[in-house]
Amino acid sequence: MGGFFSTVAGQIILTFLEALALIVPLLIAVAYLTYAERKVLAAVQLRKGPNVVGVFGLMQPFADALKMIFKETVIPAGSNRVLFILAPMITFGLAVLAWAVIPVNNGWAIADINVGILYLFAISSLGVYGIIIAGWASNSKYAFLGALRSAAQMVSYEVSIGFVMVSVLLCVGSLNLNDIVLAQRNVWFCVPLFPMFIVFFISALAETNRAPFDLPEGESEIVAGFFVEYSAMAFALFFLGEYANMILMSALTTILFLGGWLSPLPFAPFTWLPGPIWFIIKILICLFVFLWVRATFPRYRYDQLMRLGWKVFLPLSLGWLVLTAAVLMATGWLPHAA
Amino acid sequence: MAFLDRTARSLLLGELVAGMALTLRYFFKPKATINYPYEKGPISPRFKGEHALRRYPNGEERCIACKLCEAICPAQAITIEAEPRADGSRRTTRYDIDMTKCIYCGLCEEACPVDAIVEGPNFEFATETREELMYDKEKLLTNGDRWETEIAKRLELDAAYR
Repeated sequence: MGGFFSTVAGQIILTFLEALALIVPLLIAVAYLTYAERKVLAAVQLRKGPNVVGVFGLMQPFADALKMIFKETVIPAGSNRVLFILAPMITFGLAVLAWAVIPVNNGWAIADINVGILYLFAISSLGVYGIIIAGWASNSKYAFLGALRSAAQMVSYEVSIGFVMVSVLLCVGSLNLNDIVLAQRNVWFCVPLFPMFIVFFISALAETNRAPFDLPEGESEIVAGFFVEYSAMAFALFFLGEYANMILMSALTTILFLGGWLSPLPFAPFTWLPGPIWFIIKILICLFVFLWVRATFPRYRYDQLMRLGWKVFLPLSLGWLVLTAAVLMATGWLPHAA
Repeated sequence: MAFLDRTARSLLLGELVAGMALTLRYFFKPKATINYPYEKGPISPRFKGEHALRRYPNGEERCIACKLCEAICPAQAITIEAEPRADGSRRTTRYDIDMTKCIYCGLCEEACPVDAIVEGPNFEFATETREELMYDKEKLLTNGDRWETEIAKRLELDAAYR
């Protein structure tokens, strides 16, 4: 066994199996996140949500998936066919691709690379391409407006996300996601970097185009934004991509601020649960907040969104970054200090 | 100072947290949904649903073919033809309601001197074809037999206000 898996072919097969072991639960999680979203929104609005298909409506995601598969993929006459089909694939592919570096437990990442956080940052920046291509290739005003909004929004919020990440990295001294989690053994970063935690979470909402920053979709203004023209599986891929991104951002929040797979307190009753379970619990809490926020707040106006990004979050995160650096220098807590 | 106060308040996200606390409270409240096909909401005795032609307790049909309902129907959905029966009493030979024309105003019910045509409590009479909505006398009498208990109760409850 060990001999085979150390050969090149063995490595490829092993990586493939690892990817499968991650992607299948991820897709199921995405399916049930749509269900959870409908249930949470319903509960907040004093409704019951889907409860007819299966026990408690638990088969609803599969019913929806079947519906999507059997619908017709309409390609608009004026569209660029190749890019039109390519865009949802890019969006979904990137959403899944980013998961390669997420450590579910100590060392449990498919690719345990030393620039994990840069990789994540690069992938999530690429995500905007799927949206822009979709908006442009649709050859529709609404789609185009949605894509423009999305591009501007994602670029704006990536800046503050970047600064937040840098302030975390300053405290860790490594770009490896595994090391970032291990650096939180004593105290999770959401405590000393609390304001950054909030900024990161709100930026994550903007980055995933979730309410209250869902202007790229903006149903009431531009119909459905960049994916108005999409139907059937192409639409489903955008949908899956958005939800996979939500889970990814929750995972990232967990890794950067909530101590990844670490238990809340490092002794008996908490350490009984294995790491991945803690990781999943923390992700679920983050996801619930995602849905909770969506159920609570109305959509931002576009200028408010830009104001928040550039005039509040950017100075705030930049200031906090300088403060973090200064405190680390003054106290001599800077990791790997020469 | 006012500026500092405002800035501090918005940075501490007080209003956002208050809003989220409110939605969380609603999250745990009992739900208002009625599980429709299995549970139904209450219906007023005056509810104007599917039509029915009633009978007297001895089985004789009430309608005397006075055609007041046909005359008052604003949508002209009712068609009546009548002739004396073998025993000499005047009865309808044809009593049709085009349910696709009917606007459910209830004027036929108001006009009827013998409480023969009524609008019952039934609102679930959707059909697969249009033809099924052209009700004839037989269908209306069947409805009357089927819903008589409910219709009688409704008329009794509403009598005080008429």
